[in-house]
Amino acid sequence: MNEYDKFSLDGRPIYFERGQSILEAALAAGVYIPNLCHHPEFKPHGSCKLCTVKVNGRFGSACTIKAMPGQEVASDTPELNGNRRVLLQMLFVEGNHFCPGCEKSGNCKLQALAYDIEMLTPHYRHFYPVREIDATHPDVLLDFNRCIMCELCVRASRDVDGKSVFALAGRGTASHVVVNSPSGKLGDTDFALTDKAASVCPVGAILSKRVGFAVPIGERQYDVDPISAQASARQAEEA
Amino acid sequence: MLHAAATPARKKVRIATTSLSGCFGCHMSLLDIDERLLELVDLVEFDRSPITDIKHCGPCDVAIVEGGVCNAENVHVLRELRANAKVLVALGACAINGGLPAQRNHLDVGDCLTRVYCDRTGGEVPDDPELPLLLDKVHPINEVVRVDYFVPGCPPSGDAIWKYLTDLIFGRMPRLEHPMLRFD
Ligand code: SF4
Ligand code: SF4
Ligand code: FES
Repeated sequence: MNEYDKFSLDGRPIYFERGQSILEAALAAGVYIPNLCHHPEFKPHGSCKLCTVKVNGRFGSACTIKAMPGQEVASDTPELNGNRRVLLQMLFVEGNHFCPGCEKSGNCKLQALAYDIEMLTPHYRHFYPVREIDATHPDVLLDFNRCIMCELCVRASRDVDGKSVFALAGRGTASHVVVNSPSGKLGDTDFALTDKAASVCPVGAILSKRVGFAVPIGERQYDVDPISAQASARQAEEA
Repeated sequence: MLHAAATPARKKVRIATTSLSGCFGCHMSLLDIDERLLELVDLVEFDRSPITDIKHCGPCDVAIVEGGVCNAENVHVLRELRANAKVLVALGACAINGGLPAQRNHLDVGDCLTRVYCDRTGGEVPDDPELPLLLDKVHPINEVVRVDYFVPGCPPSGDAIWKYLTDLIFGRMPRLEHPMLRFD
């Protein structure tokens, strides 16, 4: 590591390896930048915009911008966190997110980010879209009411599982995830619970059957420590 | 925000509460503040509320609304509270995003009624004029009136309600943080 390879994040020096994005470098250094469509094992997608930071005064996605020596990056500012809250609110009203009845509650990244950023209300008018539930697969339930279109399942199924079970269809507000099978049903694909795509969904849209609510409230992933603190602690452990 | 000095002679904060399209769980959770109820009765008095059984609310400081808006009566009650209260608080998931009752929003309300009252029992959809008319969709209360504060949770814990209420009563900026901030 070279003294030259560092940038500044909210005034703290972050050393990085060539090729890392700002987000990767920050997370590796134990500094949290909110993110939703990012997954360390996949190519950046840059769609959720939760990771938006200011690099030398200009907005940009921390998950897609490469770390460069001498960058001045701002992330944990009232302005950026305010924008993030608005993005989360739009994600909440755009789908049907009824956390009390969702199996993912307590383990959901969207919800955990909303807690962390103190989103008390979705604020905007709810769309209450009509979206599909697909229970045709013996082991996996799809509930697209909660899909945030991060395409992690699409990326995992295509790039890791080699099955391309999922795809994004439609444009703009009509975009939605579809299942690649003649009937459009998951039960008619070779999708398996052991697929990478079965475990990457950050929200409660792809759920393993028969395990819902098995972990009691209080012991779920984000019940005690907020998502930001967990990211920093994980890094401290690994270091 | 309300400014109440913490002296014994202080005027009590007048609170109205109601459950619109809710399950009363949030009101139960309010009772869950346990022995702090004794402190609360020193600080506040209740206007319209299931606790007093007053039917129409008069001018008050805070209105606490549980539940979303699912019928015409909910709209009237909510508007009356808004007109009379300085500060209106949405309490719980249903007031904030419609909650469980809003699960019918992707269905046609006429179909729902026919299924329940006609198809299964061969009866008719009740149409007594006393019955409030159902809205075609269930709405969070901020889609009907201006809402000043939101306390999420299904229900919010007694601790969260106490924290928020006392912040409000003593003129602090009300704030809920993890782990008291919960959507479930
Ligand atoms: S996916 Fe997450 S935010 Fe959506 S209802 Fe489930 S727990 Fe709540
Ligand atoms: S189903 Fe889950 S993983 Fe797939 S796009 Fe939707 S939110 Fe992302
Ligand atoms: S994490 Fe960068 S845009 Fe989603």
